[in-house]
Amino acid sequence: MRILAIDTATHLQSVALIDGEELIAEYTFNCPVTHAKLLVGTIELLLRNSNLTIDHIDGLAVSLGPGSFTGLRIGVSTVKGLALASAKSVVGVPTLDALAFNVPFTRNLICPIIDAKKGEVYTALYRMDEIKGLIKMTENLVMDPRVLLETIHEPVIFTGEGIKIYGMLINKTLGKLATFAPVQVRTVHAASVAYLGLSKFKQCIIQDVASLAPIYIRPSEAEIKWRERELLTKVP
Amino acid sequence: MMILGIETSCDETAAAVVEDGRKILSNMVASQISIHRKYGGVVPELASRKHVESIVPVINEALSKARITMDEIEGVAVTRGPGLVGSLLVGICVAKSIAYVKKIPLVAINHLEGHVLAAFLEKEIPSFPFVALVVSGGHTNLYYVSDFAALELMGQTRDDAAGEAFDKVAKLLHLGYPGGVIIDALSKEGNPNAINFPRAYMEKDTFDFSFSGLKTAVVNYVKQNPNIVEHPESHTISVADLTASFQEAVVDVLISKTIKAAEEKGVGQIVLAGGVASNSRLRARLKDVARDRGLKVYIPAPELCTDNAAMVAACGYYRLKRGFQSSFDLDAISRNRDFD
Repeated sequence: MRILAIDTATHLQSVALIDGEELIAEYTFNCPVTHAKLLVGTIELLLRNSNLTIDHIDGLAVSLGPGSFTGLRIGVSTVKGLALASAKSVVGVPTLDALAFNVPFTRNLICPIIDAKKGEVYTALYRMDEIKGLIKMTENLVMDPRVLLETIHEPVIFTGEGIKIYGMLINKTLGKLATFAPVQVRTVHAASVAYLGLSKFKQCIIQDVASLAPIYIRPSEAEIKWRERELLTKVP
Repeated sequence: MMILGIETSCDETAAAVVEDGRKILSNMVASQISIHRKYGGVVPELASRKHVESIVPVINEALSKARITMDEIEGVAVTRGPGLVGSLLVGICVAKSIAYVKKIPLVAINHLEGHVLAAFLEKEIPSFPFVALVVSGGHTNLYYVSDFAALELMGQTRDDAAGEAFDKVAKLLHLGYPGGVIIDALSKEGNPNAINFPRAYMEKDTFDFSFSGLKTAVVNYVKQNPNIVEHPESHTISVADLTASFQEAVVDVLISKTIKAAEEKGVGQIVLAGGVASNSRLRARLKDVARDRGLKVYIPAPELCTDNAAMVAACGYYRLKRGFQSSFDLDAISRNRDFD
């Protein structure tokens, strides 16, 4: 089964094509302009260099976030257009799952962190199970990293580019409990999105193209302010 | 030639199928008014989120209403801007993917040019050259149009768009959202000459507009006459008189500049387009004034004046015919002045 996967959740743009367990191609780069400007071109290039067309693809996978709102919308909208025009099935993969998937061979907790700005991180906790594979222990979360660290009392492997900003804090708080994933697996790879997507296809967890939506976690600023104002007016 | 048009520049998710730039086979719009109403204006992040949800259903509806399949589409036209970048990107990304998969041409459309070309979707169409006024919540632009894809910007607003002024005044008077439609309806019961609000005609040689002074004048009037809102029964001038007078000031300036532009360019035809072109007072007055001067006015039907994708598809057809085609590195543009 050939899966084309896309990730645009962060500043990296990653597109991958797998055929079953075999990687055909993965293009990952630090996008110097907007994702929207390059994404279809990247897909076109990857397929052309693989001597394939969209007709040879069996399914599409997209990294749903959390991450940059605009980046996520670009990935999801592009996949929607591809699916609509090619009638291919789509699966969505949480971006944090794809990050955790980069860190195998451990019985420790796995904690991917993506900078969510405003002093917070997008995160979730995972554990690798020999039989069941990657098990997600929490929801997708957005939180103050200090609060996150207070809840961890066992060996944990951190991954994700959030380490760049919060590595020092993690070291200071958790000391020897914390290990950091090597740099080459700290970023999202569309191949991981593709493999996780493939396992969803195998389980027949296909998503409706129309309702497919990014995982934002955070409401918009306008909604937050509106709720605050509503709460204030309820104060006697 | 069958064109799929996609428009997501602000708060309407729209898709349409138009044949040969003339025949509307479908024109679907998913409005977000109910989402933005409580905020008193369009919230960009919420608009973008809603576009992602609505885009596929709206395109599917446009195809099924037109009774055609995606395979019969021969080109994709999409609004590139001006507009909200996050919103525009949703339509642009979907359009690119469709064009790529179907190996059909992609063509980027200037939203304002789309509004002007809505006039070509009516039975009676203008002939080149003509003068066009595009007036909406985000724009007040005056064009000299010599051909398809050949628009010369003669003037534009230097501050608020006309529609923006309507929305702000409606907000000030707690009339609700969207302000333009409400003021239009309310003003029918008011006296347009009740208050003599200032008309900003600017320098003699310019076709630019300015509406912020008028808005300030309305704010000041309400400050000096608080009873008009608080105790309307005790006030000789009603809120309807106030909005009708405000509306008249906007309409006067829009009409006077447009007529002057037509006369300067020596053209006999005027196109009025954009969301505010649905304003009944503007439509009626422009027709009257133009008739007196022997000018012919073309105003698209209201559903073709508000944001729609039929105008985008039509514009796409004419652009493709003239050899314009976009590459996949197309990006959104927020401001009109950033267009090449």
